[in-house]
Amino acid sequence: MKNVYGWLLLTPAAILLVGFTHYPAVATLIDSFFTTGTVVRPSKFAGLANYASLADDPIFWQVLRNNLYFAAATIPTSIAIAMLMAIWVNDRLPARALVRMSYFTPTILPMVAVANLWLFFYTPQIGLLDKVGAMFGAASHNWLGDPSTVMACMAVMTVWKEAGFFMIFYLAALQSLPPELEEAAKVEGASRWYYFRRVTFPLLMPTTLFVLVNATINSFKLVDHLFILTKGGPDNASNLLLYYIYQVAFSFFDTAYASTLTVVLLALLAGMAIIQFQLIEKRVHYR
Amino acid sequence: MRVLGKKLPVLETTAAWLLAALWIAPLAYAFWAAFHPAAMATHFDLLAPLTLDNFRKAWTYAPFPRHFLNTLILVTMVLAAQLVLCTLAGFAFARFDFAGRNIAFGLVLVQLMVMPEVLIVENYLTMAKLGLVDTILGIGLPYMASAFGIFLMRQTFKTIPRELEEAARVEGCSMIGVLWRVYVPLARPTYLAYALVSVSYHWNNFLWPLVITNSVNTRPLTVGLAIFGAPESGVDWAVISAGTLMAVSPLLVAFLLFQRQFMQSFMQAGIK
Repeated sequence: MKNVYGWLLLTPAAILLVGFTHYPAVATLIDSFFTTGTVVRPSKFAGLANYASLADDPIFWQVLRNNLYFAAATIPTSIAIAMLMAIWVNDRLPARALVRMSYFTPTILPMVAVANLWLFFYTPQIGLLDKVGAMFGAASHNWLGDPSTVMACMAVMTVWKEAGFFMIFYLAALQSLPPELEEAAKVEGASRWYYFRRVTFPLLMPTTLFVLVNATINSFKLVDHLFILTKGGPDNASNLLLYYIYQVAFSFFDTAYASTLTVVLLALLAGMAIIQFQLIEKRVHYR
Repeated sequence: MRVLGKKLPVLETTAAWLLAALWIAPLAYAFWAAFHPAAMATHFDLLAPLTLDNFRKAWTYAPFPRHFLNTLILVTMVLAAQLVLCTLAGFAFARFDFAGRNIAFGLVLVQLMVMPEVLIVENYLTMAKLGLVDTILGIGLPYMASAFGIFLMRQTFKTIPRELEEAARVEGCSMIGVLWRVYVPLARPTYLAYALVSVSYHWNNFLWPLVITNSVNTRPLTVGLAIFGAPESGVDWAVISAGTLMAVSPLLVAFLLFQRQFMQSFMQAGIK
């Protein structure tokens, strides 16, 4: 009876989960071993041919490098800023609620809207960045059109969007620290910086690890802004793996190759899931 | 969030304010541009006349009313389905010791990592087979069985004492009656938290809706906004700002009103 009831309750959700998560994940893997079928030439088994062209595809390696750059540029910075924000708004300061709100607000905006807002900062000549630059005599610069600056532009915008989100995790962690620690440090005459370095920072380490993994996973899923700002350009300088998958599937209509790329993305996500799972295990033992 | 706390040193207070000003500046700037004539967008002048023209233009340049309606239908439909499906599944995982439960639960958790937007290629093919391309149902369907929702409901239901359930049973409540009369009312705060996360997520979601829609009648706000804001559409900055603010305003207002709940819900969603 328990079996019947249990599965009965689970069935509606299970059908959808299998249909839109498990089945497509497996189908992606299978498709990656076949050619893309057309009306005249049906899809046929291709072995590892798709993976061979993947290894030879300079754009694939470029988007992978870009993804790594994007993660390396955004994650440590947003974590540092988030920690700072949390430490500040955890203490008493005038207009604290307002300050906290300013930090967190970008989090609830859609990435598309964020890109719209920032597009104007980066626009050559009339953009805010060039206006400020002009005040100091700098020449106008095509920030998004230059391969050497485009990724940095994306990174700054992403840090702005994400830091407030990570802040709330640090805020929660800080509030769970016993206040006696701080009192004891005060009695000992420890400076604020010393207290942060020797007490707060190490105690926030589990939160930092947790945020780190989550941020890494996010960095692979965050591509919405590319549709507005650069379309992956110039010359793929700002292209990211998921956006490239979108292009291959829906602009070049090469489903098989898009599946092959998706397999790589899934493998990366799975790898991070394993790390995350081990972290959670550790955290459980901690308590 | 704790109200008490020690005082922040003056230097750091100033830094905190500066950072806050910096952080709100892009949004404040968008507000400024949206409420002033287009010519003033790049000339900062406090005495510039205020206007609602940009909003009027944005409203007519793009089919915003339709996008709003689509997004509203989408978030309502997804949330309603999620609440039902996740309640049932969460209840099964929390209170029934059925065969294969642990494996099934592990398979559910896979979706935490492999969100539908990662599988756009295959999901598009599935939708094509189902004839759901370019429908609002097609946008929402992959998200209706949410692993996060199931997990959250399972955790919540597990904390509810079994004695309450047994008491209800003695009173002659059926299984579904127990769920509806005992578990669901006690889980109200969880439902609220989940609803906030779900609505914000789907209000802001972009990639999958972009892939699966191709007409005005189904495109949600984010997709409409992307088309509207694209440089090649030639709309001026002030109007884009106005349109962007219109699209985010419902969520922004809700956030300003319920800040604390928002932050707590987002945190729960992050921690899982």
